[in-house]
Amino acid sequence: MLDQSEFAFNELRHLVTDRAIEGETMLLNMGPQHPSTHGVLRLLLELDGEVVVNCFPDIGFLHTGIEKNMEAKSYEKAAVMTDRLDYLNNLGNNLVYCMAIEKLAELDVPIRAQAIRVILTELQRIASHLVWLGTHTLDLAAISMFWYTFRERELILDINEMVSGQRMMTTYFRPGGLWRDVPVEFEDAVRDFIRIFPKRITEYEAMLNENPIFLERTKGIGVIKPEDAIHWGVTGPMLRASGVDFDLRKVDPYMGYEQYEFDVPTHTDSDTYARYLVRVEEMRQSLRIVEQALDKLPYGPVRSNNRKYVPPPRSELGTSMEAVIHHFKLWTDGFEMPEGSVYAAAESPRGVLGVYLESDGSTKPHRVHWRTPSFDNLQMLPVLAKGHLVADLVALVGTTDFVLGDIDR
Amino acid sequence: MGIEQKAGDLGAVTMRLEQAVNWARTYAMWPMLFGLACCAIEMMAGQAAKHDMSRFGMELMRATPRQSDLMIISGRVTRKMAPVLRLLYDQMPDPKWVVSMGDCASCGGIFNNYAIVQGVDEIMPVDVYVAGCPPRPEALVHGILTLHEKVRGEKIKTWA
Ligand code: SF4
Repeated sequence: MLDQSEFAFNELRHLVTDRAIEGETMLLNMGPQHPSTHGVLRLLLELDGEVVVNCFPDIGFLHTGIEKNMEAKSYEKAAVMTDRLDYLNNLGNNLVYCMAIEKLAELDVPIRAQAIRVILTELQRIASHLVWLGTHTLDLAAISMFWYTFRERELILDINEMVSGQRMMTTYFRPGGLWRDVPVEFEDAVRDFIRIFPKRITEYEAMLNENPIFLERTKGIGVIKPEDAIHWGVTGPMLRASGVDFDLRKVDPYMGYEQYEFDVPTHTDSDTYARYLVRVEEMRQSLRIVEQALDKLPYGPVRSNNRKYVPPPRSELGTSMEAVIHHFKLWTDGFEMPEGSVYAAAESPRGVLGVYLESDGSTKPHRVHWRTPSFDNLQMLPVLAKGHLVADLVALVGTTDFVLGDIDR
Repeated sequence: MGIEQKAGDLGAVTMRLEQAVNWARTYAMWPMLFGLACCAIEMMAGQAAKHDMSRFGMELMRATPRQSDLMIISGRVTRKMAPVLRLLYDQMPDPKWVVSMGDCASCGGIFNNYAIVQGVDEIMPVDVYVAGCPPRPEALVHGILTLHEKVRGEKIKTWA
C-alpha cells in the first residue's frame, strides 16, 4: 500500500517536470491555510532552490454552490446570495444581478436610484481597494498601512450601515431600484468622506511611493505584456496597468456613467508597482465620480412603479386592494420573468463582473452563471510566477487581488 | 530569604493557582491567523484600529497552528476545506479553544446545500458561537469576552 505522501505524489505526477521526479527540484505546498494566499487558495509549487519553476493553483476550497443555490430561490431572494460572492464588492454584485433582471424584464430604474447606486458602488470600489492595499503591503512587510487603510474603510462601512442597517452584506440594490431611500444624513456623511479621503491617499503615497523596500519588492515583478493580458482574459486594474485602456464604465456605460467626468488610469510598466499606482489613482477617480453624482443627485422615487416586479409601498396596503394582491403575490411567490436569457456586466474593483441569467418564465432562475474577474485574473498567476522567487510570489498573489469567494463561488 | 526580598517594593500578590493560570490563559490567547470567507474581513476589521482586539491580549495572530490557542472559524466551511480544518485543529497544542464566527460556520447560514458543512461543530468542538452574517467586530469581541469568562471558570481538574 502506498503511504499518503507517495499517493499524493502519484496524483500530481503529470503536472510537474521530470526534474521533480528525479528529486532535483522540490515540491512545496503553499496554503490553503497560509496568511498571504488571501483566503483558502492552495498553491503547489515546484521549486529550484528558491526559484519557482512551476506553480499550480488549486481552487475550490471555498466552493459554496451559490450558482446552484440561486436556482432554488425566487429572483428577489436570490439577490441575497449575490452579496456573498465577491465579499469585498457586495454592492457591485447586487448591481450586476439587478441589471440583468432589469434588462430582461425591461424594468425601469429611477434616476435617483441610479445615482445612489453609482455613489455606493464607487465607495465600495474604494473600500475594496483599501483592503487590497492594506493586505498587499502587509504581505510585503509594511504593517502600518493595514491600520491606516482599515481606518478609512470603516468610514465607508458606516455609510453602508447608515443606508441599509448592515455593514457588508447589505442587499441594498433590488430589481427596479433600491430597497428604500437613503436617510437625510447620507449626504453629509459622504461629503465628510470626500473631504477627508484625498489627504489620506496622499499619506499612503508618502509612505509607499519612495519606500525603498516597497520599490525593491514591486518594481519589475510580474510583468504582464498587454497582448498576454488580453489573451488570458485579464480585466480590471491588472489589464489597465499593462497599458490597455479598457473600462466598462467608459466602453459600455451603465447606470448613467456617461454623465460623469473621470479618467481611466493606465500605466505602461505592467509590473506590480504599476498596478499599485493604477489602483491608487482609481480611488481618486472614484472619489471624483462620487462627488459629481452627489452634486447632481436628483429627487424623486428610488424604485420603479411597475407593480408586477416591485412590491407596493407599505402605506398603500391599507387603502388599495390591488396593492394587497401584488404584495401577497410578490412576497409568497415572487415575480415571473419573461422567458429568455440575458447577460449583464459591470466593472467591479477587480475587473469585468458579469452574470448570465437563463429564465424559463417561472419565478425562479433556470440557470445563473457568473463571469468573475478573480477567476480569470488568477489564471495569469502561474505564468507570472515562473522564474520569480518565492518571496515575490507573495507580492504577485497580492497584486492579482483576487477574492476566493469570487473564484470558487 | 523570602519572596518579599526578591520582589523588592513591588509587594506580593497571593492567589489560587487555578485563578492565576486561568488569568494568564485569558489574556494571552493567541488566535490563529487564517480566514475562510467574508467573515474573515470583519475579523480583520476587528484587529484593526477601530475595534482593536489587542485590548484583550490578542494582538498576536499566529500563522501556524503550533503557536496558537484559539481558532476563529471565520466563514463558511466547505466539504473540501473541512479535512484541512480538522488537521489544523489537531495540530494545535492543548489547551485550545474554538470560536465559530458567523452563521455559516455555526449552522450553514443561508447556504443549505451540497457544498457547505452545516455547522463546523460537525467536525470539531466549538466553545462559543457568534451570530451574524457577518457578525460585527463588536459581536466578535463579545464572543471572545464570553470565551474569556468560560476560561476563567475552568477547574484545575479539567485542565488539559
Ligand atoms: S456568515 Fe455571512 S459573512 Fe460570514 S461567511 Fe457566511 S455568508 Fe459570509
